[in-house]
Amino acid sequence: MKMHKLALSALAAAALVGCSSTKLDEPAPVETRPTAPAADPNAGRGAPVAESKVQTVDLAAQAAQAVSDKRVVYFDFDSFVVKSDFQNVIDAHAKRMSVDTKVALRLEGHTDERGGSEYNLALGQKRAEAVAKSLSLLGVPAARVEPVSFGKERPAVQGSDEAAWAKNRRVELKDK
Amino acid sequence: MPMSSERMTDHKPSRTAAPRGLTMNRRRLLGAAAALGAGPALAQFRVEISGVGGTQLPIAIGEFRSEVSAGQPVAAIIRADLERSGQFRVIDAAAGLNETSQPVWTDWRARQADALAAGSAAKLADGRVDLRYKLWDVVKGQDLGGEAHAVAPDDVRLAAHRIADTIYQKLTGERGVFATRMAYVTKAGGRYSLRITDADGEGGQIALGSPEPIISPAWAPDGKELAYVSFETRKAVVWIQDLSTGRRRAVADFRGSNSAPAFSPDGQSLVMTLSREGGSQLFSIRRDGTGLRRLTQSSAIDTEAVFSPDGQQIFFVSDRGGGPQVYRMPAGGGSAERVTFNGSYNISPAISPDGKTLAFVTRQGGAFKVCVQDLASGTVQQISDTSQDESPSFAPNGRLLVYATRSGGRDVLMTSTLDGRIKARLVSTTADVREPTWGPFGR
Repeated sequence: MKMHKLALSALAAAALVGCSSTKLDEPAPVETRPTAPAADPNAGRGAPVAESKVQTVDLAAQAAQAVSDKRVVYFDFDSFVVKSDFQNVIDAHAKRMSVDTKVALRLEGHTDERGGSEYNLALGQKRAEAVAKSLSLLGVPAARVEPVSFGKERPAVQGSDEAAWAKNRRVELKDK
Repeated sequence: MPMSSERMTDHKPSRTAAPRGLTMNRRRLLGAAAALGAGPALAQFRVEISGVGGTQLPIAIGEFRSEVSAGQPVAAIIRADLERSGQFRVIDAAAGLNETSQPVWTDWRARQADALAAGSAAKLADGRVDLRYKLWDVVKGQDLGGEAHAVAPDDVRLAAHRIADTIYQKLTGERGVFATRMAYVTKAGGRYSLRITDADGEGGQIALGSPEPIISPAWAPDGKELAYVSFETRKAVVWIQDLSTGRRRAVADFRGSNSAPAFSPDGQSLVMTLSREGGSQLFSIRRDGTGLRRLTQSSAIDTEAVFSPDGQQIFFVSDRGGGPQVYRMPAGGGSAERVTFNGSYNISPAISPDGKTLAFVTRQGGAFKVCVQDLASGTVQQISDTSQDESPSFAPNGRLLVYATRSGGRDVLMTSTLDGRIKARLVSTTADVREPTWGPFGR
């Protein structure tokens, strides 16, 4: 148990302190600490480690958290332009990919249901490549994104009205 | 366009003068009884045919004697085949005839039949089914010969289609396509199935089942292999599958999307659409996956390539002029020439086996319709009366087209004569049906 080990080292520390000629200032409370529940790892529990505690800031995790709700870019009808509304999505992913160089993305382009399957596949590809281009402008190497397309084969929502179509004209940014 | 009300060919097509409702009801009852006797295969078989052709040869085909023993509605399959071709009008035949009968010509002339066929089915001791029939020319009072097919029970439908092919050839002088196969994709309950069926859409077997989409099946010229696009690896990859062994291999799995395969007429290479170098461009590749070569160099979308039957040219879709249009170029690449000019959206080209006719899908407002274009004159004719048509494909004799569309609120496959006059709805399942492609002669 970690806490047990901590207690032992605390005890040792106390013993060392005891050897010094300076005043002996109640080491006993340290020994009683281990009986406290291990559930609360917060600082201030009194173990010496708390005084040198370092809160890790994981930029990769932060960046991953920052894109968790930014996984889809939507497009206008017959358009391949990444609208300014979605620049924050592109920015967040570019930032994450600069921080965490292990991340690679698959950009999955989609269209609405109208038209032929192969031509729509090519249109979805064009959308995916537009997102790849936007990322590359922010320094993301082309080798770390793969634009692919599902055409009209994988609609996000069913339906044959503009509301459904608008949700289906999209590129999904997915971790590889 | 002379379009009559929809006719139906069930187990026993009716052309009598009796009140329509009455014959229909009687026919349904007969059909139901037959289905009970011979299992589910019978119950599924239902072909709806609409339209009236210009010149149709009237033919009577009687129920085969002891047809129930064949396990398939043999006469109905033959009748539906001939009707779908658009070149025959089926006349009611009295029961009781078979290949040994001596038809009374005056009776059949009175019924206005120009041709007559009758036959019998018998179960052989080794389990095979023996189908025999004879064809007569009623006008000349002449025996046109007959055949016997002893086949495994699973091949009874095929034997019926072969009989229809022989009758078709004897009476029209052209090769029939009824014993050929089709490939198409169905989707039901989130599962995709690549199906290989008879040319009437029935008797299907599943070549590939997948939880991910399958599109763009393309037959090898020998009919033994099928190329298609499968998304099973979360991206579009072109596979080639040997149909009889199920052995398959990814022939194009490059960075980006790999799609729209088409075999060259010699079967040795394919043209397909790859995005490996950015954009969707045409490439050729040998069937073993080697020898990759880029054919187009545009900043536009180039896709849906098909070969001309002589292998010299490639027809494809490009939006280099703005919207998607059909273009053609030499099979090895080179300068492209625009082929379609009507409308702003023309996709999915198919070339007839004689190389003279282009079929494609055009967008008109919100509707997508199959058209045919005479390549010499440029004349375009719309052949469909539906509005969500996709994927036209020619029969190997060039007389019919198959395409996917929506009719009656469902995805269906439709066959049509090239003049659009005779259409048949191939009804096989309740699943969504897409991406039909007609196989070559032989199987």
